[in-house]
Amino acid sequence: MKNNIQVKKRRFSNETGDRIAGWLFVSPMLIGFSIFMFGPLLFALYMSLHDWPLLGEETFIGLKNYQDLLSDQSFLNSLKVTFLFSFGLVPLNIILAIFLAVLLKDKFAGIGLFRTAIFVPVVTSLIVWAIVWKYLLAPELGFINQFLGIFGIDGPAWLLNKSTALPAVILVSVIKNVGLNMILFLTAMQQVPAELYEAAELDGASSFRKFKNITLPLITPTVFLTMIITTIGAMKVFGQVYVMTSGGPGESTKVLVYYIWETAFKLFDIGYASAIAFVLFFLLLAFTILSWVVRKRWVFYEE
Amino acid sequence: MKNKRIVWLKYVVLSFIIIFMVGPLIWMISTSLKEPTKIFTQFFPNPIRWENYVEVLGQVTFLKQYWNSVYIAVLVTLMVLLFSSMAGYAFARIHFPGKNIVFILLLSVMMIPPEVTIIPLFLFMRDLGLVNTHFPLIFLPVFGAPGAFGVFLMRQFFIAVPKELEEAAIMDGCSRFKIYWRIMLPLAVPSLATLTIFTFLTNWDEFLYPLIFINSRELMTLPVGLALFTDEAGTSWHHLMSATTLATIPLLVIFFFAQKKFIEGMTAGSIK
Repeated sequence: MKNNIQVKKRRFSNETGDRIAGWLFVSPMLIGFSIFMFGPLLFALYMSLHDWPLLGEETFIGLKNYQDLLSDQSFLNSLKVTFLFSFGLVPLNIILAIFLAVLLKDKFAGIGLFRTAIFVPVVTSLIVWAIVWKYLLAPELGFINQFLGIFGIDGPAWLLNKSTALPAVILVSVIKNVGLNMILFLTAMQQVPAELYEAAELDGASSFRKFKNITLPLITPTVFLTMIITTIGAMKVFGQVYVMTSGGPGESTKVLVYYIWETAFKLFDIGYASAIAFVLFFLLLAFTILSWVVRKRWVFYEE
Repeated sequence: MKNKRIVWLKYVVLSFIIIFMVGPLIWMISTSLKEPTKIFTQFFPNPIRWENYVEVLGQVTFLKQYWNSVYIAVLVTLMVLLFSSMAGYAFARIHFPGKNIVFILLLSVMMIPPEVTIIPLFLFMRDLGLVNTHFPLIFLPVFGAPGAFGVFLMRQFFIAVPKELEEAAIMDGCSRFKIYWRIMLPLAVPSLATLTIFTFLTNWDEFLYPLIFINSRELMTLPVGLALFTDEAGTSWHHLMSATTLATIPLLVIFFFAQKKFIEGMTAGSIK
């Protein structure tokens, strides 16, 4: 009897204890996120409704900042450049990653070496990678143009030329990160049941047909998900642009984040910069929601 | 016969592609060892000039920036490990009211881009006198996307731990904190390792926060310090490349020794 009460008491105290413990365990993160994320997010929205110079008084102007965006050529250009960057980078990245994954799927001598080599840029710091490429692409003394010179090709001033700067930054970014997507595709391909290939081989299917009719359909969820993740990353591109071109020449590589940074911390117009930042936020939100929808639909393919 | 030709083709194509992956780093290391006058005339350094490194390491600012990068990344990683494993454990194993709402709230942090919150944060930090200190560089990542990802990862892990391990301890009257610290955390070492690599790497690479919050050289971290050095390097490419090599080597060394864990950490982070 006494024992029974003891157990009950303990269970009761455990429940209230758990209530407190639960909140205590999550409180560091909850408090931190409130101060450093949710608070600032709401405040950014508030700021975007003001004319707010970095040094000076703010005035409420309603949606005027957003209206101004519609006729701001630099903003529209940065939007365009960001989309060009993303639509250039994403397909290239995905196609190259799938191609590499196919080549590196089955074991052969030296496979580890190739896989490692392709992953090495992912490990390298982005800023270091961008700096090195900036020098490789330098107009006259850069290695690329010196190399092309051997064949009598007069290479352009890659990063100083309006038509080549953005493609160059895209290529450098693709090489930097393609290894990561390759690994994701490799993992997906290794989950395709081997029996399917065996059956296809009995039917005498070619390698290409096996890829088109078995591999590709089964890795589609991964392809979609990777595409969305890569797009979200691409929309936020900043570091390599800052290092390689500073948004130039002209405004040919001035992406959204660069324009936000410039408006806020070079022109000190933080109200307007917040409005641009919110446009970015909604663009990213749209892609994130899309990724959830996609993930939900194909959830049965996940581990 | 046909198969052999395909294998050869594979080697040729792959070799061509990896030139672009590994070539830049080989060029970086090779340039870092060249004589200043021979940077543009040779591919491999001859003679090798180790003094480039001695000279770069002799610069107090560079050493300070290196130290800043190391200690900030270590602190951020430790805090992410602690706080996100605590929260992850509570979300996975403790029943408390409001749990689901809080969890969704914390996850939604991963959707908030730092590019949006950084402007108000700059104002806050300015008013608190914390601009040009390491405070924002340490706390913003912990309570940002890396921290939120950590919560998610750790919760996934703790959910899979068998209940029996815990129940015995609860019966013995162990406190929740003791269970977390003595039983759950030791079990979670593999997941913590993955999280360590992911957090350390993202932080080592962090560019936007230090660019905006720091304006004195001695307080900068390596990425911003190096980017600034680039603008001033002029013709001393050999020094710049020694500096970037020094900034890269630790990552490559860890990568080659812990390749599997490394890839796990990077891919886990990207699928979030």
